Amino acid sequence: MYDYVDGKLDWMAAGLPTEGTNAKLPRAGSTAHKDVPTCGLKDRLGEVRERVRAQGWDSVVVVNEERVVLGLLRSAELDKDADLVIERAMRPGPSTFRPYVSLHDMAHFMVEHKLENAPITTSDGRLVGLLLQKDVVAAMKEAK
Amino acid sequence: MPGEIRRDEVRRLVDRGAQLVEVLPSPEYEEDHLPGAIHLPLRQIETRAVEVLDRERAVIVYCWDTA
Repeated sequence: MYDYVDGKLDWMAAGLPTEGTNAKLPRAGSTAHKDVPTCGLKDRLGEVRERVRAQGWDSVVVVNEERVVLGLLRSAELDKDADLVIERAMRPGPSTFRPYVSLHDMAHFMVEHKLENAPITTSDGRLVGLLLQKDVVAAMKEAK
Repeated sequence: MPGEIRRDEVRRLVDRGAQLVEVLPSPEYEEDHLPGAIHLPLRQIETRAVEVLDRERAVIVYCWDTA
């Protein structure tokens, strides 16, 4: 006999599928955009901005080699001096959320804290995707 | 004393036919459980394990987290 000590919370935090009544409900992990652009701490802001906006995005997530989230740049940060290194321009240590959090809970939090987007990560901080407030609100309206 | 394992080992053992057993109460099992997990609440393990589980296959028990 074995004991999976970290349990169901660990499984869900890793974004792995579950079965049950809640498994059918929309969650942060399934609605987050997996193709969000990323960059590194030492990248130059001007180059990142050009690449990100060419892809139609106005936000970028800063990650390390293991895709652990280190920071976030939204439009205000992207508009800073092009010669800045990302590490100097970014918002360090953004609030992150687990894939299993319901969209209902995310909607309340994001609207209350005026978050246009939020990184969704595993329990060890690796990026799953970027959740956009507009997608959350749209999903809630559709659910009604 | 059961051997403590982590997520990767769980997946490896399940791929090799191990049985997953969730020991949490019904509502929590019904809401979310690992794919294919059998529901065997903690207080029923001793009385029902023999009838529910396959003795020829490894068994992995889990609950919500380490708490």
